[in-house]
Amino acid sequence: MNDKPHLDEEALAELRDVMEDEFDILIQTYITDSRERIEALHQALSGNDQDAFAKTAHSFKGSSINIGASRLGDLCLKAEKAGREGRLDDARVLMPDVESEFLTVRKLMEESLLA
Amino acid sequence: MTEPLRPASLRLLIADDSNTDRLILSAILTRQGHEVRAAEDGQAALALYEAWQPDMVLLDVMMPRMDGMEAARRIKALAGERLVPVIFLTSLSDSGSLAQCLECGGDDFLPKPYNPVIIQAKLGAFDRMRRMHSTLTRQRDLIRERNEQLLAEQVTARRVFDNIAHTGCLDIPSIRYHASPLSVFNGDILFACPRPAGGMHLLVGDFTGHGLPAAIGALPVAEIFYGMTSKGFSGADVLRELNQKLVRILPTSMFCCACFVEVDFRDGHLSVWNGGLPDGFLLREDGGRDALPSSHLPLGVLSPERFTAPMAEYSVRPGDQLLLMTDGVLEASNAGGEWFGEAGLARCLADCPRGRSPADYLVEQVRSFSGRSEDTDDLTVLALRITEHDPVASRPLTGGHSALPGPAQWRSSYQVDGHTLADFSPLPLLLHVCMAVAGLRQHSGPIYTILSELYNNALEHGVLGLPSAWKDGPEGFNRYYAERQRRLGDVRPDQFIRFELEHSVSSSGGRLVIRCLDSGDGFDVPLAEQTGPPAATTPPYAGRGIPLIRKLSSGLTYNRQGNCAEVVYDWQLADTGTEKPDRGHW
Repeated sequence: MNDKPHLDEEALAELRDVMEDEFDILIQTYITDSRERIEALHQALSGNDQDAFAKTAHSFKGSSINIGASRLGDLCLKAEKAGREGRLDDARVLMPDVESEFLTVRKLMEESLLA
Repeated sequence: MTEPLRPASLRLLIADDSNTDRLILSAILTRQGHEVRAAEDGQAALALYEAWQPDMVLLDVMMPRMDGMEAARRIKALAGERLVPVIFLTSLSDSGSLAQCLECGGDDFLPKPYNPVIIQAKLGAFDRMRRMHSTLTRQRDLIRERNEQLLAEQVTARRVFDNIAHTGCLDIPSIRYHASPLSVFNGDILFACPRPAGGMHLLVGDFTGHGLPAAIGALPVAEIFYGMTSKGFSGADVLRELNQKLVRILPTSMFCCACFVEVDFRDGHLSVWNGGLPDGFLLREDGGRDALPSSHLPLGVLSPERFTAPMAEYSVRPGDQLLLMTDGVLEASNAGGEWFGEAGLARCLADCPRGRSPADYLVEQVRSFSGRSEDTDDLTVLALRITEHDPVASRPLTGGHSALPGPAQWRSSYQVDGHTLADFSPLPLLLHVCMAVAGLRQHSGPIYTILSELYNNALEHGVLGLPSAWKDGPEGFNRYYAERQRRLGDVRPDQFIRFELEHSVSSSGGRLVIRCLDSGDGFDVPLAEQTGPPAATTPPYAGRGIPLIRKLSSGLTYNRQGNCAEVVYDWQLADTGTEKPDRGHW
């Protein structure tokens, strides 16, 4: 699953086409929301709230897939499953990967915006 | 109903708690030409739905406050009969969750990531379904509305029909009948009308087809039947007129099976014409039974030139029952698919308890056989009990005459010659001439009776030379009618019957003098009845109507030869003015 791209350039191009002037806003919104989600995931883990963890991971997964961040989407799916099945230790192990993947995606997106 | 085949612009409500996804979907849908409103959770979506009434709803499954499934359930409940497609936006992948989405009222899914081509195709498909649903709903409502309108119109039409048939005498105690409330729309008709000279005409009929065409055919039938019968036309004349009218107005595939009966209570005599209806029956007081089978084509089939109306003649006694029915009786079926049929009818006729009307008993038996209620059956049945006294003779006669006073002083002569005597009755015409005098209208019964007795005596005894003594006893009865028919065919051109009418008025009323002269040899008139010098001998004369004429009129006299009778009928002015009959002597 690691062969999936960090950011699907083709999907991103389509989005740019669809969103027209709002593309920048979309990217900014995604980045802001994702930061909040990562924060929410950490809080759920420290509160041992598996349900909140799974739900946040589910939403994070949906928007990541939609915006073309496939690899991040896959990591979120793993996190969602771990949360749903109550494997919070596995979930904790996944968190550094999620965060580093998000940083990569974010970097690529900002480059794309500048291009 | 038809809408243009352009990509429809829909009002779309979307609900997703993810800002990113909401932005993307809004952009896609807006670019495709739709009007979009977005909500961040189920609760907000529900409020927006109520306020905005969108065409379709797209819902994320997992949302805070109210999730997509609950929102879908509530939106579907609010939409009621309207089809508002609900499509779930989902990255769920397990089939259990997907099935749950459909169970709560969702119509389809849209997976993430969004694909604009798929979205457009799905929305197009649901828009077609939505339009079809609304077309069907509209058409169903229209059909329902039209049907209610039709039923209301039938009730109105029934009222009009009942007005046309208002002079009927179906309500007399010796008649028992059954017809379903809207039977005229099943094509069944059932009429009874008193004749001016006493007795009545009955008509039971069954039009081919149902609904409006059958009801339209029934209207002229009612009008002709009641109009002509009230004016004194014979059964044969009424039938001929009915037939030619129906031939003219009905399409070739339509006709009217009918049974027509002329009832003469005074003579104890029935004339029956059955064209295409099931056998009628004469149930004798002594237990015997005569079938009255169809021996003619239905009304409205034969051209007027080819139509003949010979009637079968029956002698009846008080207590005998006449039973007529349409094929609804024979064709009644039960839950097991069996017919009531001839066998059921025969059993019913044999078992009918004495003292019960066969019509009531038959209807009761058919209903208990078929298990159907009064409102849904298709039975038209009539029974007439023969009574000693005419049950309708004392009823008021109504006619469509004008309110003018009419002529005061007049005379008229009318002669029927040769073979015309065989197939034409001048009685309605003569009655019509007399009824032009307003003061005479409420005397139509007695005047018709006098005219008809004079005419029958002149024809049967004067012209045809039939001895009235033959009519005593059943054998003689048949012989009399057979011989009458035969001799009518042999009338010579120089034979005739002439009526002379003379009317004058006085200060208190008026006088109608009726003379009836025939070409016959006359009879030996008793001295007391002669106008001229006395005859040589005084043998008994048996003209049955003579005592009756005498009772109705101010005087009856014969000439010496006995081939000219003169009746004087006086009427009083006090009787005029209203149509209310005052006929104590009648």
